[in-house]
Amino acid sequence: MLGLNRRDFAMLLLVAALALFAPFILNPFPTASGLSQFNAGYPDLMQRFVIFGIFAIGFNILFGLTGYLSFGHAAFLGVGSYSAVWMFKLLSMNVLPALVLSVVIAGLFALLIGYVSLRRSGIYFSILTLAFAQMSFNLAYSVLTPITNGETGLQLALDDPRILDAANTAGSVPVTSLFGLEMRSAVTLDLAGWSFTFSVGYYLCALIMLVAFYISVRLFRSPFGMMLRAIKTNQQRVNYTGLNSRPYTLAAFVISGMYAGLAGGLLACMDPLAGADRMQWTASGEVVLMTILGGAGTLIGPVLGAGFIKYFENIFSKINDSILHQWFSFLPDWMENLLVNIFYPFVGKGWHLTLGILFMLVVIFLPGGLVQGGQKIARKLGFGKKSNSDTPAE
Amino acid sequence: MGILNVQNVNKRFGGLKALSNVNLDVKENTVHAVIGPNGAGKSTLLNCLVGKLIPDTGTVTFQDKSVLGKKPFEINQMGISRVFQTPEIFSDLSVLENVMIPCFARRDGSFKVNALSNMMGQRDMVDQAEQMLIDLHMIDKRNMHAASMSRGDKRRLEMAMCLVQQPRLLLLDEPTAGMARADTNNTIDLLKQIKAERDITMVIIEHDMHVVFSLSDRITVLAQGTPLVEDIPENIKGHPKVKEAYLGEAA
Ligand SMILES: Nc1ncnc2c1ncn2[C@@H]1O[C@H](COP(=O)(O)OP(=O)(O)OP(=O)(O)O)[C@@H](O)[C@H]1O
Ligand SMILES: [Mg+2]
Repeated sequence: MLGLNRRDFAMLLLVAALALFAPFILNPFPTASGLSQFNAGYPDLMQRFVIFGIFAIGFNILFGLTGYLSFGHAAFLGVGSYSAVWMFKLLSMNVLPALVLSVVIAGLFALLIGYVSLRRSGIYFSILTLAFAQMSFNLAYSVLTPITNGETGLQLALDDPRILDAANTAGSVPVTSLFGLEMRSAVTLDLAGWSFTFSVGYYLCALIMLVAFYISVRLFRSPFGMMLRAIKTNQQRVNYTGLNSRPYTLAAFVISGMYAGLAGGLLACMDPLAGADRMQWTASGEVVLMTILGGAGTLIGPVLGAGFIKYFENIFSKINDSILHQWFSFLPDWMENLLVNIFYPFVGKGWHLTLGILFMLVVIFLPGGLVQGGQKIARKLGFGKKSNSDTPAE
Repeated sequence: MGILNVQNVNKRFGGLKALSNVNLDVKENTVHAVIGPNGAGKSTLLNCLVGKLIPDTGTVTFQDKSVLGKKPFEINQMGISRVFQTPEIFSDLSVLENVMIPCFARRDGSFKVNALSNMMGQRDMVDQAEQMLIDLHMIDKRNMHAASMSRGDKRRLEMAMCLVQQPRLLLLDEPTAGMARADTNNTIDLLKQIKAERDITMVIIEHDMHVVFSLSDRITVLAQGTPLVEDIPENIKGHPKVKEAYLGEAA
């Protein structure tokens, strides 16, 4: 089906179903209940899930297949965002040309950085990409202010030309749309205490993520994907087999840069501003964490990892001590205070601590990431006894 | 001049003269053995042929074209494949994938982005790789993880990866080292069969004299980087210089 084997197609369907029903799945608790702060089914966050999913899927094409660990992928994310915002300023508020330009510019940028960085491998490659990304970050902050608007970040203004759009008479900055369908428009469904929001922006992102995921599955199963895996396991043998490894790794680098550019462009489509901090090394590190946490080299792992980290960042970080007190208020005072004091460092601003511990546990006990964890559980429960030795790139 | 011609090749590693004035001429469709004690420079010589090392001086030509300065992948695309002293395979891939990669390299050249076709859907490539596995009696290991195979099987797999490219020249660096007697005999039979069935030239480095004498058409003896003698096997057996080189090492 669609050029996929049965298992891959089933996985694609699963991802499609998750994306389609995300507004329900991520909102399991009634609005009025005390647990509703664990609901993640609001458009803003759901958009982040899928956009960073795209970022991680692309990163995995480079890191998961070739083993080249880039520490500078946020640069492409940032370049994508800037390109998209410029398109909104100059051409039109339609997201389509913005996304196209994001992908193209990020691709060209990746070609340049990849061409230089791929002359080295291992740690030297990682350092080179990190250096390039930090350079881009600093340039965006300072010298390139005419293009990036420096510290403030690039924003839309009333007097932007927008040559394709009708003259702006509303007196307010226009909103992004797809041929008139506004990204921010949403329908809310109230159902017996639950409240579900379906937004145009989210579904556009989800659809693009599905396409991106589908392309990555095809790529993993293709001869090109096999060559990349071969480079990861034994570059020497690749060269003595008559294959030129350099253009292969460069192609993988550019493709994954284009994915990052697409993600950056989508971020700007959902919220049309672009700042330099999107390119900072912490953002580059985050996508590494997402991919490893989910399972590098697996198909679905990066998507899971991205969802996981974004959930922590947005939900765990919002739990403060008054909420903790509320939870434990049924206990005697001294016990309530004790428990609050124990949990407090791990929530709110301390969410990094929880994530860090989780990451360490995964790396130590599940080197294959959450996907490996899932497989282990499935095997314990008696599903999928089949050995997966015949599909190493599961 | 033969298919492979090496003239006045010298290679130094710091103060060590690994190869000095090596000349070698290998005739098309013959098996040429290079023997010599440990550290004689045999692997170094092969490294100079495949682009891993560049000789300090001298020339190396294959089918009258110089290979010096060419990258390993270019030399392979000219028709030279090499089996290494320690097997170089793709450990993380399946046995079948290991053999399919050289099939693609032969058909598509050194670089081609073939990203949206399914690898296993390319029947002719799968068939080619499977036929090679059948020929080498390892089709039952088709889906095995290459890393989990025995050392002997890894060597055989590497041989399959080289042979499936149908090279004009096959370089073998101690293909039977560490093998049991039975495996060694299988390898001899296999190489004999290949030699009989195909137009192929082989340069083989080997310590096992049984292998050398049952396969080769000519033998070069190398000691301390210098070729001592080159002759047909019958004349090498009792040659005083050969005895000296090997006994010298024992003493
Ligand atoms: N890359 C290198 N750097 C420095 N010295 C080297 C290098 N490669 C080989 N040598 C030295 O050159 C000499 C010849 O080595 P080579 O590996 O060619 O010997 P060989 O004939 O293949 O021996 P063996 O039978 O043990 O495989 C040895 O003394 C070795 O230590
Ligand atoms: Mg050697």
